[in-house]
Amino acid sequence: MIKSFLLAGFGGQGILFAGKQLAQCGMEKGFNVSWLPSYGPEMRGGTCNCSVNISDEEIGSPIVTSPNQLVVFNLPSFDKFEPALQPRGTMYVDSTLINKISWRDDISAYYVPATKLADDNDLAGGANVIMLGKIVAVTKLFTRDEFLDCMCSHIPASKAKLIENNKKAFDIGYSYK
Amino acid sequence: MSKVLMKGNEAIAESAIRHGCLHYFGYPITPQTEIAEYMAKRMPQVGGLCLQAESEISAINMVLGAASTGERVMTSSSSPGISLKGEGISYIVGSDLPCLIVNVQRGSPGLGSIQPSQQDYYQATKALGHGDSQVIVLAPSSVQELADHTGLAFDLGDRYRTPVMLLADGALGQMMEPVELAPEGEFKPIDKPWATTGHKNQRKHNIVNSLYIQPDELERTVIERYQRYAEIEKNEVRYEEYLTDDADVILVAYGITSRICRTAVGLARKKGIKAGLFRPITLWPYPKKELAAAAEKASRLLVVELNMGQMVDDVKVAINCSKPVGFFGRTGGMMPTPEDVLKAIEKDGGAV
Amino acid sequence: MSQVVFERPHALCDVPLHYCPGCTHGIVHRLVAQAIDDLGIEGQTIGIAPVGCSVFAYNYFNCDMIEAAHGRAPAVATGVKRCLPDNIVFTYQGDGDLAAIGTAETVHVGARGENITIIFINNAIYGMTGGQMAPTTLLGQKTTTSPYGRKREIQGNPIRVCEMISTLDGTAYCERVAVDSVPHINAAKKAIKKAFQTQIDKKGLSLIEVISTCPTNWGMTPQEALEWVRTDMIPHYPLGVYKDITGEESK
Repeated sequence: MIKSFLLAGFGGQGILFAGKQLAQCGMEKGFNVSWLPSYGPEMRGGTCNCSVNISDEEIGSPIVTSPNQLVVFNLPSFDKFEPALQPRGTMYVDSTLINKISWRDDISAYYVPATKLADDNDLAGGANVIMLGKIVAVTKLFTRDEFLDCMCSHIPASKAKLIENNKKAFDIGYSYK
Repeated sequence: MSKVLMKGNEAIAESAIRHGCLHYFGYPITPQTEIAEYMAKRMPQVGGLCLQAESEISAINMVLGAASTGERVMTSSSSPGISLKGEGISYIVGSDLPCLIVNVQRGSPGLGSIQPSQQDYYQATKALGHGDSQVIVLAPSSVQELADHTGLAFDLGDRYRTPVMLLADGALGQMMEPVELAPEGEFKPIDKPWATTGHKNQRKHNIVNSLYIQPDELERTVIERYQRYAEIEKNEVRYEEYLTDDADVILVAYGITSRICRTAVGLARKKGIKAGLFRPITLWPYPKKELAAAAEKASRLLVVELNMGQMVDDVKVAINCSKPVGFFGRTGGMMPTPEDVLKAIEKDGGAV
Repeated sequence: MSQVVFERPHALCDVPLHYCPGCTHGIVHRLVAQAIDDLGIEGQTIGIAPVGCSVFAYNYFNCDMIEAAHGRAPAVATGVKRCLPDNIVFTYQGDGDLAAIGTAETVHVGARGENITIIFINNAIYGMTGGQMAPTTLLGQKTTTSPYGRKREIQGNPIRVCEMISTLDGTAYCERVAVDSVPHINAAKKAIKKAFQTQIDKKGLSLIEVISTCPTNWGMTPQEALEWVRTDMIPHYPLGVYKDITGEESK
């Protein structure tokens, strides 16, 4: 099994953070993992993406150019990476920011209005964690509790509000139909 | 000790500290700046020093000074900055001082790009500084190896009194992987009677120097150093083989590229092509005999690098041009996919 | 009964120096060694030799020595001092080494306030390479690379190092001295010793600029060279204390 994620969007949307949570949780569950950010001029304001591999075999190339899991948070990323998604791959789309659907019939796509859901629930900046909820629910790489335990264990206990908000955001995505 | 998820650059820094390096001198340059940032945060916590120098040139000369005192010391940079350090590295070689120099390579020449590259192969293995000189060059291919080779580099440097280069690239430096670090507080320094620490009126003065104005004297020191190089070549060759036993085509690749090739080998085998991978871990000393042995049963070799083919000649020399050697590479900061490598395997019938 | 009233300082090795007749490097070496002896610090001192005429200084001083690349002695000294903060570290550098190729290193030890001592020999010329223009070569002065005399519009102006270094916050003590006469040599001796004392007291950078001669490359007799120091060098490079935060009046 190898889940090769490409997460893409604008800088500031928490793309790298979301990718890191997947890698961290994958590692703690005993998988081989890798996380590689784009670190070009993009990180100073433009588009931003990161590659995450989670596998029960040794990971070869850490660079994900044709993912089987594509997570997009803006239109340029949708347009750029949708053709690269592997057949039978899965796509996660923030439908608040991307007013478009995929016409490919060889993939599965989930449209989650993550940014709107975050705003509606007073969780500004939480769209990335809402999407993580959806990803975990779909891939079943981790149980809800496994993922939340891992994510929250890396937030200092002093930031109780942050832990609470992340849990809330995750559950919104996890149960979104 | 459990694994932690760490960036390659940070793993180098933490591993260096755990292997007794308490002095870091550097200058910011992408994509290795996290090393300096990590050092700046960590060193004060362990009683060490991270000093941002006024230039790469000053940083390497601070390393020379610190190494003269017998302390474990390192600097890091990326391609253009390594060129600036060239002068100092030659002086460090000529003064027989151990230290660690990390090159997290980026696209070149000139200011180039900040994306991953392996364009400094020649520089690292053939002419890192002026003169008859050589440094040990380690080419890790994972975050775990970045950490392990950092410790190895300090040990080899101390053992042979030579600088050691860790030759990484932007992808390795920036990526996160699980890593198991060496335990803290287990480093035992070795005695360095040659160090300039003040003679305390108990011995003759020590001199750290690379100047020998009499040519016969200089020749003697160079020959002595090359005898040590011969020892290194005998004892310190490191490499890895993957499915080479029955391979018809052997890919030769190091660092991040070897991982892309590993995946490509799997893709090729699925298509019925018997591919294998030979990965030099020490780029100097080069695993010549080992590559020649691996190549014996194969019908051809394919070198894959993130440059225009800088390792090809070393491969040809190692196998004495006994088999066709092909080349596939991307350069300037571009990365091939495993599928690109597969195409090269399928296409490549002969030599370059 | 005979009594020794003058002898070679212990910190100076008993070897013949390679300097030209009339060159004042020998005097400055002696003053540095004398200061090391007087302060009893030879066993804890590490000296850094430059590239230039004094490149062999590592053979002349009895303390531990390191030979640095051209201009890099302050950076090397920084590396040593940061590893051995309780030891005494000095560099001995000429004008090309310190004020041309090594300007950045020099300025930044001042900015950082590295607790080291720099002995800076200013003789307005490159000696070892055979008389080329130095950053401190005077306007009008002929050298092999300014054969018609240094011109402001072509080669620019000479650098005044003490004036520049004294502007830096990390500089604790900075003085320009000369070794052309007995009174000046006595003043230089005092300044050099004080520079080392400044380091012992952990006050920051101490730099002593010594106006020196190069009869060989100036094309003068030693006597004429000493006279030229007085008539041409010192008027452009005035002697005196440029900065002193040690809180100690010159006695």
